[in-house]
This record gives sequence, C-alpha cells and structure tokens, in this order.
Amino acid sequence: MEYESVIGLEIHAELNTESKMFCGCGTHFGEAPNTQTCPVCLGLPGSLPVANAKAIEYVIKSGLAVGCGINLYSIFHRKNYFYPDMPKDYQISQYDQPLCINGFIDLDMNDYQTRIGITRIHLEEDTGKLIHIGGAGRIAGAKYSLVDFNRAGVPLMEIVSEPDIRTPEEAKAYAQKLRAVLITLGVSDCSMEKGSMRVDANISIRPKGSTGLGVKTELKNLNSFRSLQRALAYEIERQAKALNEGKPEEIVQETRHWDEAKGATSTLRTKEYAHDYRYFPDPDLVPMEFDIAYIDFLRSQLPELPNERKQRFIKEYGLPVHEANLLTESKAMGDFFEETAKLYKGDPKAVANWMLGDMSYYLNTEGLEIDETAVTPKHLAELLKLIDKGVISGKIAKEIFPEMFETGKLPQVIVEEKGMTQISDEAEISKIIDMVLEENTSTVEEYRAGKDKAFGFLIGQAMRLTRGRGNPQLINRLLREKLQA
Amino acid sequence: MELYQMTIHELHEKLLNKEVSAKEITDSVFSRIEEVEDKVKSYLTITKDVALEQAKLADEKIAAGGKVGPLAGIPTAIKDVMCTRGVRTTCGSKILDNFIPVYTSTAVQNLFDEGIVMTGKTNMDEFAMGSSTENSGFFPTRNPWDLERVPGGSSGGSAAAVAADEAVFSLGSDTGGSIRQPAALCGIVGMKPTYGLVSRYGLVAFASSLDQIGPFTKDVTDCAIVLNHLVRHDPMDSTSVKIDRPDYKEILINDLKGVRVGVPKELMAEGIDPKVKKVVEDAIKVLADNGAIVAETSLPNLEYGLSAYYIIAPAEASSNLARFDGVRYGYRAPDPDDLMDMYMRTRTEGFGDEVKRRIMLGTYALSAGYYEAYYGKAQKVRTLIVRDFNKAFEDFDVLVSPTSPTVAFKIGEKVANPLQMYLSDICTIPVNLAGLPGISVPCGTVDGLPVGLQIIGKALGEETILRVAYSFEQNFNWSEKPKLETRD
Amino acid sequence: MAISEKEVKHVAWLARLGLTDAEVQKFTRQLDVILEHAGKISELNVENVPPTSHAIPLKNVLREDKVGACLTPEDALSNAPKKEDQAFVVPRIV
Repeated sequence: MEYESVIGLEIHAELNTESKMFCGCGTHFGEAPNTQTCPVCLGLPGSLPVANAKAIEYVIKSGLAVGCGINLYSIFHRKNYFYPDMPKDYQISQYDQPLCINGFIDLDMNDYQTRIGITRIHLEEDTGKLIHIGGAGRIAGAKYSLVDFNRAGVPLMEIVSEPDIRTPEEAKAYAQKLRAVLITLGVSDCSMEKGSMRVDANISIRPKGSTGLGVKTELKNLNSFRSLQRALAYEIERQAKALNEGKPEEIVQETRHWDEAKGATSTLRTKEYAHDYRYFPDPDLVPMEFDIAYIDFLRSQLPELPNERKQRFIKEYGLPVHEANLLTESKAMGDFFEETAKLYKGDPKAVANWMLGDMSYYLNTEGLEIDETAVTPKHLAELLKLIDKGVISGKIAKEIFPEMFETGKLPQVIVEEKGMTQISDEAEISKIIDMVLEENTSTVEEYRAGKDKAFGFLIGQAMRLTRGRGNPQLINRLLREKLQA
Repeated sequence: MELYQMTIHELHEKLLNKEVSAKEITDSVFSRIEEVEDKVKSYLTITKDVALEQAKLADEKIAAGGKVGPLAGIPTAIKDVMCTRGVRTTCGSKILDNFIPVYTSTAVQNLFDEGIVMTGKTNMDEFAMGSSTENSGFFPTRNPWDLERVPGGSSGGSAAAVAADEAVFSLGSDTGGSIRQPAALCGIVGMKPTYGLVSRYGLVAFASSLDQIGPFTKDVTDCAIVLNHLVRHDPMDSTSVKIDRPDYKEILINDLKGVRVGVPKELMAEGIDPKVKKVVEDAIKVLADNGAIVAETSLPNLEYGLSAYYIIAPAEASSNLARFDGVRYGYRAPDPDDLMDMYMRTRTEGFGDEVKRRIMLGTYALSAGYYEAYYGKAQKVRTLIVRDFNKAFEDFDVLVSPTSPTVAFKIGEKVANPLQMYLSDICTIPVNLAGLPGISVPCGTVDGLPVGLQIIGKALGEETILRVAYSFEQNFNWSEKPKLETRD
Repeated sequence: MAISEKEVKHVAWLARLGLTDAEVQKFTRQLDVILEHAGKISELNVENVPPTSHAIPLKNVLREDKVGACLTPEDALSNAPKKEDQAFVVPRIV
C-alpha cells in the first residue's frame, strides 16, 4: 500500500532580547550556573512578573512576516504542571488568545510549490536547564539532577504549524524557511546547536488518497535540520512497516526520542502521566491591547523577507528560480551573494554558480554555515576578478578555492605564493605551440586530414607544457592560426 | 500614659519636640511585648536587634536635624506574609519554617525608607487562609479582649499586636477580609485599600487578583498617615496603579453633611448576629445624626459572591502555592526516593489541612471538565458583583455594614466546620471581588467584645471612606481598651 | 454529591498532596459541603456576562527590554535544601 504522511511541526525559538521575559535578568548563553537569576525567574515567594515589551513586539513582527492575523486583545495564561526546571511549577504562556493566528509559509520544492499553514504563534517563558548526573547524562538512569535557572524566563516563541507537511523534505524546507525569516527579522538567533531553536515533529501516516488521520507520534531531540529529515524518514518507514505487517498496535500515541547515532527513534522513557494543565488567565499580568495603527507601524518596519528577496534576486540579478531559492534559504547566504556581487561587478550568475557549486560543496563537507568560514565575499569577488582578468584560469581557480577556504588567504596571495599566474604572454605561448607542433607532426597531419579531435589533443599538450597556467583562449586562438597558416 | 499606648501622630510630635527618643519608644514597646506576648502570642518572630538598629538610625537622623517623616522611629509589626531580607518569613507555614528571603517586599521597603522600627513578624493563618489565625502552622493567637477567643484572621497576629499595644501599628494583607475582620474583632482600625494601590511585590501570594496590603492602626488619623507611605506606584507589580496620591491625612475633616450613606440590606439580613446588627444600626445613627443622608440599598447578587470567592481564591491559590515543592527553598522531606516522592511528601508534610483543602478545591475548579462550571462561571459572577456595586455607587458615596457578622468566637469553635468559618467573611468578601477600598472602625461592643463598622468606597475612593471613618470616630468617642483577660 | 472520593484523590494527586484513606473521606465530606454551597452560582444565568479576572481596568503594563541587577549565586542558592556546583539538586526524576 502506498502511504502519505501527515506532519506538523512545533517550533520553539528563543527571542534574542537583552533581558528575560518577565524580569530584568540577562539572557546570555553559557554563563556559570545560576548567575542570571533574580526573585522573579527563581519563582521566589512574593515575586511578580512584568512583561518585556520588546518580546511582544518581536512575536507580532514574526506573525506579520508569515502572514498571521494579530489578535488585538491578547492575554497570558498559566499552564500548571510540576517539574523541577520550572521555578513556579507553572509556565506563563498563552492559551486561547495568542498574539498571532492563521499564517503560512510558501515553499519552493524544485518541481512543485506548496503552502504550509501556521496555526498560531504565542509567547511564553523558557524553563531552566537540567543536568543529569550519572546514567551517561540521560534522564533515565541518572542518580540525581542539577538545576540551573539561567535560562528560566528567557522569552520563547512557539510556532505551531498546521499538519500540512507531507514529506521529510518539506519539513526541513519549512523549518529552514522559518529560520531564515526569524533571522532576517533579527528576533532570534535560531541556533539549533545552542538550543535557541528547537523543533518537535508530529507525524502520522495514512493510505494515499484517504483523508482520515492515523495515530500520531511526537518526535523529540531533533537537533539539526538533518536530524529532522532523517527522523521523519525513519518514522514514516517504521509506521508503514507496522501497517504493512498488520501490526498497527506498534504505532501508539507517544513521544519518541531520535537517536542520531543509531539513526532510529525509540519510545521516550519517562513517567508519563495524563496531564491536566489547568490553564487560567494569569492574575499577575494585565491584558495586552493593540490598535491597528501600531500593528501597521510594525508591518512597515519589516525588512525584506526571504521570499521577497528571492523574487528580487530573479529580477535584479537574472538568476533562475532554483538558484534564487537556494541563495535565499538563509539570510547569511543571501547576504554573502549580494555582497560578493557588489564587490565583483561582473555577472551575478558566476557568483551564484560558485556559491552553489564549490562553496556549498566545501561547506557541506565541513558542516559549516556560510558565515562560519574564512571565505568572505571579498575572497570570492577577487577570485572571480582574477579569472576575468585572465590572471588565472577557471581550472586554477578551482584549485585555489579549497586553500582559500582553509586558510583565509586572499586568492592573489595564493596565486603569487604558488606561482599560479596564468601565462598570457603571446610570444611565450607562441613558442610553446611551436614546440607542440614540432613534437606532434603526425597529429598535425591527422588534423589537417579533417580529424577534429586532434585539435583537442594538441590543446591538451600545450596546457601540459604550461603546467595548466596557459591562457586557454590564447592557446586556442594561436594554435588555430598556426595550423591554418 | 505609657509610650506604647500612644498613636503614631502622638509619638511623632514627641519625637519632633525631642521629648522622647526612638530608642525610648522602642524600649517601651519591647517591655510591653515581654509583658504580654506570652498571653497573646502575636508574633512568630521578634526582631529586637533589627528594631534597635533602626531606632538608633532614626535617633541619629533626628539629632542631626534631618527631616524625618511621621513614621520615623515608630515600632511596627509586619504580617509574616511579606518578605523581609535576612529575616525569616514563614507565611505561618511549616513549609517555610526555615525560609530567609533575599529581598524585601516593596511595601515594607517603603516603610523602612520612612524610618520605621520593625518589632517583628506576626502570626497568621497559614498562607493567609483563614478567619481566626487558628490555621497558623505554629500556634494560635489570642484575642486581647478575651484570651479564649480568636483575634480573627488571617492577619490575627497583626491585629492582636496593635490591640495589645505590642506595636504602634502593623501591616496586614486582605484577600477576603483578612485585615478588616480581625481589626473589627480586636477593636482597632483596619483598612484594605483599592486593589492595585499598594504594591504586592514581595507579598507572598494567596489569591493574586484579590490580595491587598493595608494597615492596622489605633485610630483613623494613623491609618491615613500610614496609607500616605504605602501608596506608591511600583514598576515591579503589573497591577500597581498610578495615581496622583492626595495627602490622606490632610483631607481628614469631621464633616458628614450631605454624605450619602447606603446600607445594603443583604448585609443587615439573617446571618448577622442581632446584637451586632443593633450596634451597627446605632453607629449608622451616629452618622445620620451628624448630617449624613442614610438610606437602604441593595446588592442583589451578594449571596453568590461568597460562592464565587470560594472558587476564585482557591483556584489562584492552587497555582500560587505550587512553587512550594522542596526544590529551591523551604522544607524538603528527608531522603526522598525520587522526585515524585519528594514533591508528595514535602507538600503533604509541609502544608496544613486548610491549605490542602483550598489547594484541592482550586485544583478541582480549574481541572478539565469543571473549569467552565466553576472558575469560568465564578469570573462572570464577579462581574455581577462589580455591577451591583457600581449601581449602588450611582446613588451613594459610601456603603456601610457590619465588618463581621459576629463578635470574636471561641478558639476551636469553628475549626471542624470549614464552611461555617468561610461564612464569617460574608460582609468583607464582596469588596475584594470588586477591588474596592474598605475600612473597619470600632463602633461599640457586644458582651464586652468589639464590633466593627465597615465603610466601603468606590474604587480609589480612599479619601471619602477615611473622611467618613474619621468623622464617625470623632463623634462616637469610643475609648474602651482590652484587658488581656479571659472572660466567661 | 458535588465531588467523589475518586475525584478528591485525583485532584490531590494533581496538586502533589498525599492523603490517607481517612483523610480522603474527611476532605471529600468537607469539599462536598463547600462545593454544594459554591454550586449556588449555577442558578445564575450569566450567558452574556463577560468574565472579570481583574478588578482594575489596566492594560499594556510592560517593561522596557533593559538588563537589571541579578542576585549573586550565593543569594540565589541561599535557601536551597540541597546544592552542588552552584546548582539546585533534585532527586532522580525517573
């Protein structure tokens, strides 16, 4: 049977405000334990929350950027449950009146386009961090745990998608696009590594063509886009296998843990209890009310968003849709492209080709983001200029690139150090071609007899004698001239 | 007359005239505490060292010719529900037996800044849940008018301390009557300001949308003086209101002419002890005799107010008290097997029965399937109560009623019947639901036990109720004092 | 009956309170009386009445995004029942 998957993502993004959501403590990552706490974020008796205006603005901007409607009246609720990383044993969150509702993200999937709905975006506070002692740091098997409340109270935005996602690739594309939007807005670092962006996925499968819903599982510990895609692919296969083998009981509504090393999901072993969060409006906070003028003002402040940028890349730089899409997948990528194109002043398509070709190859190999390498737009622009000026050939440029990538040396420095300058001196090339013609009289005969392939061989010989540094156009022209003479 | 018997304004004058020092006043109050505390049991913690240090500072400031406010050098007792840095703060609960706050509540800090002398932290019903102070996790406090009777609650320690002259004034908190009812039962003045007028930051929450800090004083003038220094906008409290605060002391005039006084018939109905009713009727006559226009009015939804209160307050409390879990502060049960064992045993051993009752009640009212029928509906009933008051205030400047339906009852009398205990707050609870200001002033006795007159104002109508209370006090001339004995 | 023993056990558990069997019976009896009284509000028709969660009509009380003073870790942990490496210790969770 052929199945179709129904996937929804819940994405949490920590907002990069200076201070926490309900108190003035800083939000730096990686400080010594319990150094960024106060009576409010420690939940000390008697302390009270006061909401951070910037965090609210950031969530509204995020909502506007993904086409959400903004609730002009919105309130905070308390979500009640006991857990040691939650200082008050309730989380201040939002319930039936979130800040943003009903948005969407459009995805370009090469051969088709699709729209993923966004149910809601709400604002809440992050929890503290648990460090498990013993049991290899996992909660199961730990002897006891330590609690650090530095992260408790950091503003957290939860973005809930509709179950509109059909493939792991779409899930990845959606998460990436959302990340690009949030980074473009400057509201979150969205670092999956530091945990400032966290993705949970709900997944069920159903026979293709049916509209019913299967039993869904929730996947956690998806610490990279790659994990997200792999975990979903694994889970789809696992569920399909269970159905095909007539063992639907193997799919139960549960939370499953993705193990990146094993490449498999497994039941998350915690003490699972039926939750009753007893949401009610937080009496310590007062309602938020916005007028349309304020919302319009925030809308007018929005920067160019990834999809708008993509359209502009197509129009302004003449890039094909696919390339424009890839280059606007992240803000850093798009910025790099534009900066390089500006410095280079030549054909932007050459910049795109290099970025999506060699550059992406080395980035993927090293597992780096574009802004994490030594190569800057200046490096790439200089490299392209050297090719255009005929100082180096494209082939040499490809040899220079990895060294540039590794060392951060500017291309001309590498060229000089290694003597890789292209030979464009006509007299010198002329001399070399004479040598080639002398040494290969029989091939010359073949060429003159009409064998076109022989020409390529002669070019190759000339390049060999210049150790690849000969200007290919010049060699080509001179060889042709001499053969016809 | 002993120094400890005097009011704030009397002592302030003596301090300014250099007739006495803050040290002498403080010593006087502590000698009184030593004399009577064993009988009354007002205090959970006595802070003599802090007090002497603060008295010294006040004296230095006065000696140096510095400007001091009317509270400088005045011995003050603080209900043990307000955080005080470095001074144990228990909320009357075993679960916070060893808790030493690292910060001071805004209201208390404002008074510290005015130079008060803190005598100690007073006894209370655990987490302010109760009307008799019998729910204290430590010991009951006794009513200075009859040591076999309760002082009222939940701020019973603060009320008894002032009534027994163990402090010149004190602070309490009022969620459903916890200042006004004990003030009435102890024969002193007690006021709950408009919700939002006094910062709640550092007040350990019982029911956040109802809690409000206020003073216990020996007369209305003192009440106005203290209020002058409690009312400040606080950026740390989202529900703190910003107002142009009048000088509450300056507006005190003995003049009731033309003041429209409404008497809600539902608060003079069955359930009010007939003897108490008679005393209150006489008090209302004093108002009328002095020019007030008195008429009956109605708060038709009042009977539902108590029901709504006993859903809303426990619901908020169930969430507010979740944090007492043994992780970061307070009691932790010894040698827990695991986290769940720690939670269960810590809270089971740490909380008393009344707190457990209300936590369960509130948890139930918020739980899946019951939210709409209980909490959701109670919030709507709250709107009806607000509307009732708004309507009444179209015709009246203030409303008056008994503060408590009975005089002080015997210790142990209502312990076994929680609902009976709850009903003793019937006159005060609606005022909290609507967020209004209310004051209780002594208006006579029944069988030698004091009765309080409650005066209710519009939101931010403190000036009016203080003026009515002051005028009543001036024309009623009540000067009975408790004897700190057991009566039959 | 407004509340059953089973429900009392459930809310006690939700609130992390342990009750003996005798306590379950006692609290069920007491809560039942209170809820019976509280149930009075069901008599009222409040369909078109808006809820009041605050007695005061405040809105948009917000703070500027500015970093203020934090507690020292010594203060933060001063009341900790158990601490280690500047963190709060809790017993094993699962």
